[in-house]
Amino acid sequence: MAYFFQQLLNALQLGSIYALIALGYTMVYGILTMINFAHGDLFMVGAFFCFLLAVYLKLSFVPTLLLSMLGVACLGVIIERLAYKPLRTAPRVSAIITALGVGLFLENFTLALSPYPKHIPPLLKNVTWTVGELSISSLQVLVIVLSLGLMLILDFVVWRTKAGMAMRAISWDKTIVPLMGVSVNKIISLTFAIGTGLGGAAGVLYSLAYPVIDPYMGIMVGWKAFICAVVGGIGNVRGAMIGGFILGAVEILVAAFFPSTYRDFVAFTLLLVLLILKPYGILGRPQPQKV
Amino acid sequence: MSANGILLSVACLSVSYDSIRAVDDISFDVARGEIVTLIGANGAGKSSILRAVSGLIPYTGGITYEGRDLKNIAADRIVGLGIAHVPEGRGIFGNLTVLENLKLAAWRRKDKIKIKADLEHVFTLFPRLRERGRQQGGMLSGGEQQMLAVGRALMSDAQLLLLDEPSMGLSPVLVREIFKIILEINRAGKTVLLVEQNAHLSLQIASRGYVLETGRIVLSGTGRELTGNPRVKEAYLGG
Ligand SMILES: Nc1ncnc2c1ncn2[C@@H]1O[C@H](COP(=O)(O)OP(=O)(O)O)[C@@H](O)[C@H]1O
Ligand SMILES: [Mg+2]
Repeated sequence: MAYFFQQLLNALQLGSIYALIALGYTMVYGILTMINFAHGDLFMVGAFFCFLLAVYLKLSFVPTLLLSMLGVACLGVIIERLAYKPLRTAPRVSAIITALGVGLFLENFTLALSPYPKHIPPLLKNVTWTVGELSISSLQVLVIVLSLGLMLILDFVVWRTKAGMAMRAISWDKTIVPLMGVSVNKIISLTFAIGTGLGGAAGVLYSLAYPVIDPYMGIMVGWKAFICAVVGGIGNVRGAMIGGFILGAVEILVAAFFPSTYRDFVAFTLLLVLLILKPYGILGRPQPQKV
Repeated sequence: MSANGILLSVACLSVSYDSIRAVDDISFDVARGEIVTLIGANGAGKSSILRAVSGLIPYTGGITYEGRDLKNIAADRIVGLGIAHVPEGRGIFGNLTVLENLKLAAWRRKDKIKIKADLEHVFTLFPRLRERGRQQGGMLSGGEQQMLAVGRALMSDAQLLLLDEPSMGLSPVLVREIFKIILEINRAGKTVLLVEQNAHLSLQIASRGYVLETGRIVLSGTGRELTGNPRVKEAYLGG
C-alpha cells in the first residue's frame, strides 16, 4: 500500500509537469486552431534559462523561476509575432510546418551554445519526510503544489477575468471580437505569453526534479504533453490538466509494475484507446455550429 | 460637434473583394439623431458598407465620424469612438454566457457605474436577457440572440448603431418587436444606420433611406417618399 501511494506521488509530480506543458498547446490551439509544435522546445529553453540564471547569475529559486517564465513568455510572444502572425490566414498546414521549423531552430541554436548536457545545481535544500513507510521529498511537494497553484491561477484567468472572456470569445469567432472593442492581436499575444510562460515554468520544475538537461529534452516530453492536450480535448484548459495527470499516472504505474521499457508503449496505447472511445478527448466537444 | 449635425459621412466609398467590386463609389450622410436605412437585395453591398465603416475591411474613399477620418483606425478602436456594429447573423459568442457577451461589449469602458446602469437599461429593454443571463449565448433562440446583439451595442455606449439585417430569420411578430425597440432606442438619443432587405418596416421607421443596387445608390429620399416610389414599390415592397 505504501508502495502504491509512493508511486501515486511520483505520478502527481510527473503529471503536473505534463499538465503545465499541455496547457500551452491547448491554449494556443483554442485561440488560433493551430498546434504550436515548437512548444516542447520552449519548455527546453525554460530549463536552459534556469541553468543560466542559477549557475551564472547565482540566483535563488524564486527569481530563477519567475525570470525563466518571463524569458520564455517573451520568446513565445516574439515567435508568434514573427513566425505565426503572417500565416494567420494561410492554410493551417503552413503554420504547422513553420512551428516545426521554429522548434528545430530552438534545438539547434541551444545545441550550438551548449553542445553537452548540463547539470542543474540543487537550487533548494531537499528534505525528505518519512510518514510511516512513505517517504516524501520536499522537492516533490514543491513541484506538485507550484504546478497546481499555476493551474488554479490560469483557470481563474480563463473563466473569471475579462481577458479570459476575450480569449474564449476569440476561440469562438475571432472576426467578431474587434467589434467588441477588443484587440485580437493583444489577446493572442497574451495567450502566447501565458501558455509559453507555463511551459517555461514546467522546464524549471522538470530540471529541478530531473537535473540533467539537453537541447533535445523537449521533443519527447513535448509530444507526450501534446497527446495529453488531445486526450483532454484540445482547446479545453481543464481537459489539458486532466490529460497531463492521466499520462503521469499511467507512466509511473506502468513503470512500477512492468519492465520500464514497456512504459511509453503502454502509455501511448492507452491514450490511443481513449481517443478511439472519445474522439474529441475527455472534455472536448465537436465544434458546435456557429451559424 | 461638426457642421449641421452630420455624425457619419461616407464619401466616394468603394469596396472590392479580389476582382469583385462590391461597393462602387457611394456617398451618403447620417445626421445625429436620425434613423437612416440602406435597402437593397441580397448581394447589393449593404454589409460591405457597414464593414468598411466599422473598420473590418479595407476600402477606398473617405469615411468620417464626428469629423474624424476613420481610414487608419483599427476596428477595435473605432468602437471606442462610439460606433457599434451589430453584424449580419448577430455574431453572438455561443460559448460565453449572455452576461459575458454583454460585459465583453463594454471592454473599452472604464466608467463602472455607468456600465452597471447601462446593463440595467438593457435588461429593462429586454427582460428575456435578464432571465437568461447565465445561459450560454448559443442556447438562445434567434430572436433572443438579436436582442442580445442590440444589447451589446448599447453596452459599448456607442452613439451610432450599425444594424445589419436585424429582421433576418425572425418571425413577423419578433421583427415588429425588434423594430419597435430600435425606434425606442433612437428616441432615447442613439443614431441608427439600418441595413435591411425588409424595406417595408425599415422605411416606416427611418427618417431617410437609400436604395442600393449592385454596389450603387440608385434612389434616395425620406422614408415616406421611398415608400411611395413606384420603383421601390415594385422591387422591394411586393408591388
Ligand atoms: N468576403 C467576401 N469575399 C468575396 N466576395 C464577397 C465577400 N463578401 C461579400 N462579397 C461579395 O460582395 C457583394 C456584396 O456583398 P454584401 O456586402 O454582403 O451584400 P449584402 O449585404 O447587400 O447582401 C456580393 O456580390 C458578395 O458576393
Ligand atoms: Mg448582408
